[in-house]
Amino acid sequence: MTEEIVWRIAGGSGDGIDSTSQNFAKALMRSGLHVFTHRHYPSRIRGGHTYVEVRASPEPVKSRGDGYNCLLALGDSFARNPQEDAYYGDEEMKPIVENLDELREGGVIVYDEGLVDIDAVPGFEERVEKNDWHVYPMDLRARAREKGREVMRNTAGVGATAALLEYELDNIKDLMSDAMSGDVLETNLEILEDAYEDVQEMEFSHDLRMPTGEHDEEQVLLSGSNAIAYGALDAGCRFISGYPMTPWTEVFSLMSKYLPKVDGISEQVEDEIAAAALALGASHAGVKAMSGSSGGGFSLMTEPLGLAEMTETPVVLVEAMRAGPATGMPTKPEQSDLEHVLYASQGDSTRVVFAPGNVEEAYDQTRAAFEIAYDYHVPAIVLYDQKIGGELRNVDESFFDREPAPDLGATLTEEELAEAAHHSAGKFNRYQHNPGEKGVSPRSIPGQKGGRFLAESNEHTPQGHICEDPGNRIAQVDRRLGKHDSIREQFNGADGSHQTTHGDDDAAYGIMTFGSQQGTVEEAVDELNDAGYSVKSMGVSDLMPFPEAEVTEFLESVDECLVVEMTASGQFRGLVQRELGRFGPKMHSLLKYNGNPFEPAEIVDGFRSVLEGDEPATTTKFVPAAGD
Amino acid sequence: MSAFNAIGADREVERDEYTPGIEPQATWCPGCGDFSVLKALKGAMSELGKDPEEILLVTGIGCSGKLNSYFDSYGFHTLHGRALPVARAAKLANPDLEVVAAGGDGDGYGIGGNHLTHTARENHDITYIVFNNEIFGLTKGQTSPTSPKGHKSKTQPHGSAKDPVRPLSTSLTAGSSYVARTAAVNPNQAQEILVEAIQHNGFSHVDFLTQCPTWNKDAKQYVPYIDIQQNDDYEFDVTNRPEAAEMMYETELAVHDGEILTGRYYRDDERLSYTEEKQAIGEMPEEPLAERYHDDDYEWERTYDMILDAHK
Repeated sequence: MTEEIVWRIAGGSGDGIDSTSQNFAKALMRSGLHVFTHRHYPSRIRGGHTYVEVRASPEPVKSRGDGYNCLLALGDSFARNPQEDAYYGDEEMKPIVENLDELREGGVIVYDEGLVDIDAVPGFEERVEKNDWHVYPMDLRARAREKGREVMRNTAGVGATAALLEYELDNIKDLMSDAMSGDVLETNLEILEDAYEDVQEMEFSHDLRMPTGEHDEEQVLLSGSNAIAYGALDAGCRFISGYPMTPWTEVFSLMSKYLPKVDGISEQVEDEIAAAALALGASHAGVKAMSGSSGGGFSLMTEPLGLAEMTETPVVLVEAMRAGPATGMPTKPEQSDLEHVLYASQGDSTRVVFAPGNVEEAYDQTRAAFEIAYDYHVPAIVLYDQKIGGELRNVDESFFDREPAPDLGATLTEEELAEAAHHSAGKFNRYQHNPGEKGVSPRSIPGQKGGRFLAESNEHTPQGHICEDPGNRIAQVDRRLGKHDSIREQFNGADGSHQTTHGDDDAAYGIMTFGSQQGTVEEAVDELNDAGYSVKSMGVSDLMPFPEAEVTEFLESVDECLVVEMTASGQFRGLVQRELGRFGPKMHSLLKYNGNPFEPAEIVDGFRSVLEGDEPATTTKFVPAAGD
Repeated sequence: MSAFNAIGADREVERDEYTPGIEPQATWCPGCGDFSVLKALKGAMSELGKDPEEILLVTGIGCSGKLNSYFDSYGFHTLHGRALPVARAAKLANPDLEVVAAGGDGDGYGIGGNHLTHTARENHDITYIVFNNEIFGLTKGQTSPTSPKGHKSKTQPHGSAKDPVRPLSTSLTAGSSYVARTAAVNPNQAQEILVEAIQHNGFSHVDFLTQCPTWNKDAKQYVPYIDIQQNDDYEFDVTNRPEAAEMMYETELAVHDGEILTGRYYRDDERLSYTEEKQAIGEMPEEPLAERYHDDDYEWERTYDMILDAHK
């Protein structure tokens, strides 16, 4: 039996590739398989090469695979006038040409011969032979046209590949029935079944078949963006303000869809300065609030971020990284906003930054962000990227069976305010020098009796009045910055860590990463251990305050460590060295910044660069440890 | 039972209640127009019987931003230009609060101009007071967006080549539903206008001429002023947009010729506030959101029950 199928559907942006692949992934999940999707798309509405991979396996999958084995190459309806010498290349041919390099040996190709002229693909026959590919041309467009509309060629393609993989249509048909109705549904079902049956008649030369699996319990298919939005809702967030920007818009849209259903408020505003400032205003007035953006928009949020730190206004921001600087590559993932998010804004920062490593962590850490923000009166940031935001994977439904946590944190009631310390002139001591527990001075909410104070962006007295007295300054700065120690202490004392380790504790070598590359690193660790190496990994999520003890222990326990990140300058490795002040000679960097997330094999190759001095994959950059 | 019992107390409030014991005396320069804003605001709030703790006063940065230090209420001294986005979100979170935003001309018409445009178009039920002294005061006398063309300063040594911002016209075009101008030298009118602005259901913009005796010595002291409602030369209908626009245009030209026109310029009492607009489309709760976090009986929704079926 085939171990796994990695099915890739390729075509043009705007051709429904996304929704078709989502349904296919969900059908496979319902059939008992573990699934993981990977999206590749251009910053363009109509046309341009796009693909989605659906990886399906009886065993849990944590990453995109190394290449793929089944291609469904549709046409690009909006391809620009094909000219080979145009800088954008021959767009009509891209659904096939762009996808051949990563197709594994023995792979299957179904292409739409109505739209793709296979004779124009250079060296196609030779490559097919050399790689033992199995090619099934079909006029998918004609099939769609005959019964319905041209876009339904996706459906015909799904039917054809399902038949080739001997995958029953039941679940696909159920999902279509959920999503469509009437004539559209009838036509699609007909196209699906016809393609399926016609292909069944054909003689197969390939060995690939869809594996079978079984889940122990009900599964749900969702992305990191889903998980962040649902974590926020379950944390009692009822206010979001934002401005559209790829890829953060997914979270913003989800929140805007669901907030009105729970009597919450979503605001699309004039810019990201306003977006973050609104979240502060709502939070100040006593509502759990969030905002977010991608790197460019987060640049504008720098101002309100500092204001939140100075006025100790709780707020959660999410930052969906994409390749920068400036406009960069809007639809391509990168992790190079790390330093931007850690240090943006004037003055010493008191923010908390999480970088979840998978869908479950995205949910958990968004909830944690709200808890910490409101308990400690700090801005908490969830740092993620297009990869983790857009990838779909199956998760146990029961994982989400949690109680909501709407508590407002360190906030006093009117009764408590009546007993609380006030200035002799009546103002509430909102910013006490020595508030005791955790350095948090509890707040009041406007409208409460006996709670009036001034939220002040200048340095201020306990009541919030402007003050430049050195003694007061030191007391306020020490208390605000001291919260980092309290938060670190709370995390260290908690039952579970936000850092995720994988592999044997006593492994000789380490691979370390942060955020979205975690699953890929773990798959690489498995591959390496299978190949006889002794490797473990750590995916770091707590970026500020930094998990000094955990990372130190990890690095001390290994002989050498490969630090994997999607930056060009090794920002994460730099952070580790800055925080720990040592381990420079032990940490090698594997960087990737070509717009595509790591594949496990690239990390395996990078690891061999450390141990064997092998050349790393050309898509990555290896930077040896300092002093090497 | 409300968690916010300062709101709607509906009691007699003495002006002195707005004077903070911590900083009872303002540190503005002697002769500064800002004193008049403070006085008019205290008078207006007292007239309206507003408890200091049901008021949220949100300010920007500059001399105007010090208003928070000298007016006792809940306050948020934000950043240069950012008072409005903070203020309007607080109003959305708890519409029962009396939210007033304030800032200077650089703050509101320069760096925060985008926020003014959008807050006005959304018609939030808040009041925005702009201390307009045609100069950057706290940073020591640079040319501001309302400084007249040709204004010389250390940052514009050859004189500004720019026409000044037209604050009233801009505000009307953006969508403010109440627009007025008053002057520090006219305390009775100032208080009356602030009362009207606070009572108005929608976004009220008051351009408040506040002379700067230190950095704008050459400028007029905004006297003699003319109240356009009290003067027969200026007959127009404040509810008529084209007539209001014409009156504003004339006023904005006249100020640079030494003729200080003040009064009410525009009001639209028919237009719904933003809260009402959002409620009408089901995007805003009827009860203040801020109350929910104190309601022990509220059943908080779970995504597990609400959404997850769609992911199966």
